[in-house]
Amino acid sequence: MNFVTPEIAWAPLTPILIVLGTAAVAILIEAFIKSPATRRTVQLTVTIGALLVALGFVIVQWVGLDGSAGDVVMTGKITVDAQSLAWQAMLLVFGILGALLFAARTSDGEDAFTPLGSVPPGSTKERLARRAGLKVTEVFPLLLFAVGGMMLFTCITDLIFLFVALELFSLPLYIMVALARRRRLLSQEAALKYFLLGAFSSAIYLFGAALVYGATTQIDLESIGIAIDFIPNRDGMLLAGAVMVVAGLMFKIGAAPFHSWVPDVYQGAPTPVTAFMGAATKAAATAALVRVMYLAFYPLEWELSWMFWAVAITSMIIGTLAALVQTDIKRMLAYSAVAHAGFILVAFAGLTPEALVALPFYLLTYGLATIGAFAIITQVRERAEDGGIGAEAVRLGQWAGLGKRSPFLAGAMALFLLSFAGIPLTAGFIGKFEVFSAAIAGGAWPLVLVAVIASMVAAFFYVRLIVLMFFTDAPEGADEAIAVETETLTRVVIGITAAAIVILGILPSGVLNIFESAAHLLVSAG
Amino acid sequence: MQSLIWLAIAIPLASAAFLLLAGKRADAWGHWVGVVASSAAFLVGAGALLEMLGQDAANRATTVTLWEFIPGSDLSVSAGLLLDPLSITFVMLITFVGTLIHLYSVAYMEHDVARRRFFAYLNLFIAAMLLLVLADSYLLLFFGWEGVGLASYLLIGFWNFKDEYATAANKAFVVNRIGDIGLIIAMGMIFAAFGSLDFATVFAQAPEASTATLTGIGLALLLAACGKSAQFPLQSWLGDAMAGPTPVSALIHAATMVTAGVYLIVRSAPIYNGAPDAQLVVAVVGAITLLLGAFIGMAKDDIKKALAASTMSQIGYMMLAAGLGPIGYAFAIFHLVTHGFFKAGMFLGAGSVMHAMNDTVNMRRFGALRGVMVITWVTFGLGWLAILGVPPFSGYWSKDKIIEAAFVGEGWQPWVLGGAALVGAGMTAFYMSRLFFMTFHGKARWEDDMHPHESSALMTVPMMILAVGSAFLGLFLATGDKFTHFLEPVTGHAEHHDPVISIPVIIGLTLALVAVGTVLAWMRYGRADVPVEAPAGSLGTITARNDFFQDSVNRAVFQRPGQHLTRTLVYADATIVDGAVNKQARGWARLGEASRKLQTGQARSYAATMLVGVIVIALIIVVGGL
Repeated sequence: MNFVTPEIAWAPLTPILIVLGTAAVAILIEAFIKSPATRRTVQLTVTIGALLVALGFVIVQWVGLDGSAGDVVMTGKITVDAQSLAWQAMLLVFGILGALLFAARTSDGEDAFTPLGSVPPGSTKERLARRAGLKVTEVFPLLLFAVGGMMLFTCITDLIFLFVALELFSLPLYIMVALARRRRLLSQEAALKYFLLGAFSSAIYLFGAALVYGATTQIDLESIGIAIDFIPNRDGMLLAGAVMVVAGLMFKIGAAPFHSWVPDVYQGAPTPVTAFMGAATKAAATAALVRVMYLAFYPLEWELSWMFWAVAITSMIIGTLAALVQTDIKRMLAYSAVAHAGFILVAFAGLTPEALVALPFYLLTYGLATIGAFAIITQVRERAEDGGIGAEAVRLGQWAGLGKRSPFLAGAMALFLLSFAGIPLTAGFIGKFEVFSAAIAGGAWPLVLVAVIASMVAAFFYVRLIVLMFFTDAPEGADEAIAVETETLTRVVIGITAAAIVILGILPSGVLNIFESAAHLLVSAG
Repeated sequence: MQSLIWLAIAIPLASAAFLLLAGKRADAWGHWVGVVASSAAFLVGAGALLEMLGQDAANRATTVTLWEFIPGSDLSVSAGLLLDPLSITFVMLITFVGTLIHLYSVAYMEHDVARRRFFAYLNLFIAAMLLLVLADSYLLLFFGWEGVGLASYLLIGFWNFKDEYATAANKAFVVNRIGDIGLIIAMGMIFAAFGSLDFATVFAQAPEASTATLTGIGLALLLAACGKSAQFPLQSWLGDAMAGPTPVSALIHAATMVTAGVYLIVRSAPIYNGAPDAQLVVAVVGAITLLLGAFIGMAKDDIKKALAASTMSQIGYMMLAAGLGPIGYAFAIFHLVTHGFFKAGMFLGAGSVMHAMNDTVNMRRFGALRGVMVITWVTFGLGWLAILGVPPFSGYWSKDKIIEAAFVGEGWQPWVLGGAALVGAGMTAFYMSRLFFMTFHGKARWEDDMHPHESSALMTVPMMILAVGSAFLGLFLATGDKFTHFLEPVTGHAEHHDPVISIPVIIGLTLALVAVGTVLAWMRYGRADVPVEAPAGSLGTITARNDFFQDSVNRAVFQRPGQHLTRTLVYADATIVDGAVNKQARGWARLGEASRKLQTGQARSYAATMLVGVIVIALIIVVGGL
């Protein structure tokens, strides 16, 4: 057996290389800059700078495509086509917004991350740790690693490479989840659960990949697709493998019954991290699932449609029902994320070309609203016992009357909730409309019917929060008990996302046109 | 400039949003932002008009596509603006009169704590009204339609700390909703018949549609127009709408918004042209309203309510003209424009009087104000001459044409419609002269410690400009039939028909009736002493004072049965519907609680869930697939 050195066309990978390269450099920054304050500034600048430059390169590449489908970077392994560029741009935007949230500090100068995982917030030990110059600015390189991994995830066409990228962006996420300063035990527990279940799902994925290889003797997606056509009886090994591979990706999307981690992790993670991962992980995983389904498993469309239908319906039902009874806003949004995972899977019905437009648009609108909503959660705080800024006020009741105290935050939150609910003139409506149209084009109207009913039930808990914010008086003493922050970076993020939700709701055509021209997957195999 | 016409909508809209969001910081100067925004809209409109005048008459319609909502899908909704002679006429009227009234309001609302909010609403109104007249489809028009309704509601109830005013705002809103239902039904029928709501598509196909369809659409549109334009039988809200600050009455409830119904009908000319029955109903509604309004105006002692009744009556004239078909459309719009000037001018004059008289509106407490408020007296007087239809003032040119056109036709119609228009002119002369003399002439019947004085320049200058319009605009536009030719591309060319009586006779009769009305009013309210307390009055006076008992009729016919119906429905809703909803909601919540149990918090059970999930799915697919 002789190995041939693979030919790699590096140029199309420039944005990814920039992000991952900067991440490596940023780790060195940690080592060389002692002062925590300087380190934060430098890290933030470097991170945002790298993401912006990468975004610039993505745009340059997009313009350079000029109608062509894209480039094969490494035959059968990596393909940078219009579809993946669209996803990469989206992930970079989520990354930039996420980095801004990571850098946000409360009015008493604390960020969301603990300097030392073993010390309680506000304790003497923490102060000592601070004095020793401890400050977790590593979150910025971790974010870059995650974004880089996710970007890679969107352009890989090989089951094993896909696994590598999956781990590349998952490992930083596990760490980031553990770093919460307030409610840190919950956060550490969540990280451990996320890691264990992530490892478990990776195992399922890998086992599935092995089975698929066993059935087809192929490992790259296109060859698998071709090979499946030559398998006379869709044998059990192939089907079981495909189910397991898809299940592994659905875990990352957060669809039920692979969703158990979602509520605990969304609740436990530092809220800026929740915002970033809630938006970006779903997008990256959806991008990969698109590639796997459209390139490899499309001959199994009929067989796998059972799985998509079952998982989509389960997710919508479980997400919606459980969200109805939550009293914690982060958990409520987590279950809402599960329901949205169901809506995402609805678009896969029939594997229509429309879904290639609908899915990126849906994930964009959903991601922006998610980042915005979690950003707002960071701004509503309990008062600590010493009068400083305490943990986030996440009990629903604590948000009563917020509309009077901060019309900006409450108004923006209402906007995001309406977008989640899919009310017209918000981006969420167009997203849902596109996704449901794609499913109808795929002949799955019963699935759409379930989705519409689920949306209706879901509207209840979104609107309940709006009613609470605007039409319920704050309880006595709420002004003292709840502090409303006005952090600039966070406000910028909220403003950007809110504006985007409105614009995408009223003038979606520009962005839809972009995704329209990105709705082609490059087929390379010879 | 034409392609930038969207700025005329966007600027006031942005200004409204800014003023509402800016908060107290902008209290000191916010009103000037409003004035500038309105002026900017005027300049954009003026630029577009100049450009249009430079084009051939045939090419004066421009469509500006703004955006498509969701391109390439079945839900193709595009938003575009249609700029043609008809819409630009409205743009100029709205922005010009609107800007003057903005200026006036700076002084009028000076001592109001919420002046910034007032200007925000005014700007919102300007934006919505421009959207209404510039829309290129019924759908977009509907947005403007609802927008002006909202602005009107907010401004009528601007002083909503008085229950009465809040009620008036609600009344206007509710009555308007009835009209809005008409518009919604019309849109549904249009979409069903033509598959589109764009003016271009609809009007191109309208000639082929069946008369029954067009009549149905026409009647539904008329219902909409009646609500917005306070026409019989939906006129009851306009009098109460005078609860709003006077500049609002001048702008919204005299010059612009209430004429939206006339615009809707003239704009829908291709539909009405194919539905003679619907046209006749429009004309009859107009004739009834013009008499009804005039009758009510003769008995009202509240200066603003008398003016409101007059507005109703004058819009009746416009409706009548619009119902006459192509020979009337241009005159309807012509009268609408001149009316916009003289009625707005008179409302501002009334505001000036109220300002001087500590917000008194009872004309029995006015009198002899001519001496102390010379500018108000002169400007109001010019408006008065204009509405009377005295040549050569503006109203003569437009109203007389409507009366002539009403006499054209066959059978009973010209006699009834023309007769109504003719009698209406005499009644107008009486009630307007009554108002004028009671306010400015006769003896001073002021309450104690009244010290009337002329208003500041910020208020008088807009009045003077409007007075110039009241005096000369009609003559200017009528010379050489400039205005009717300008509108011709939209309203269509009408062959000349001779009225059933010759034109000089009609003019002579009209002027004679006007003279009689004026003299009667002078004898009763100018020369004679006006009692401070209203006399008991005849049955007719009482009827008119009470707006023909419309409120009582509405209460008995609609409100009471409606309340019973709603009570029954509420009961049914509470027991049957809510019962079902609550039960199943409780069911959902219970299911939610059950799903909570699955979320044990233990990683091992999570992993088990996943594993079971994968195995079950795999089994179904593998076993099912084999």
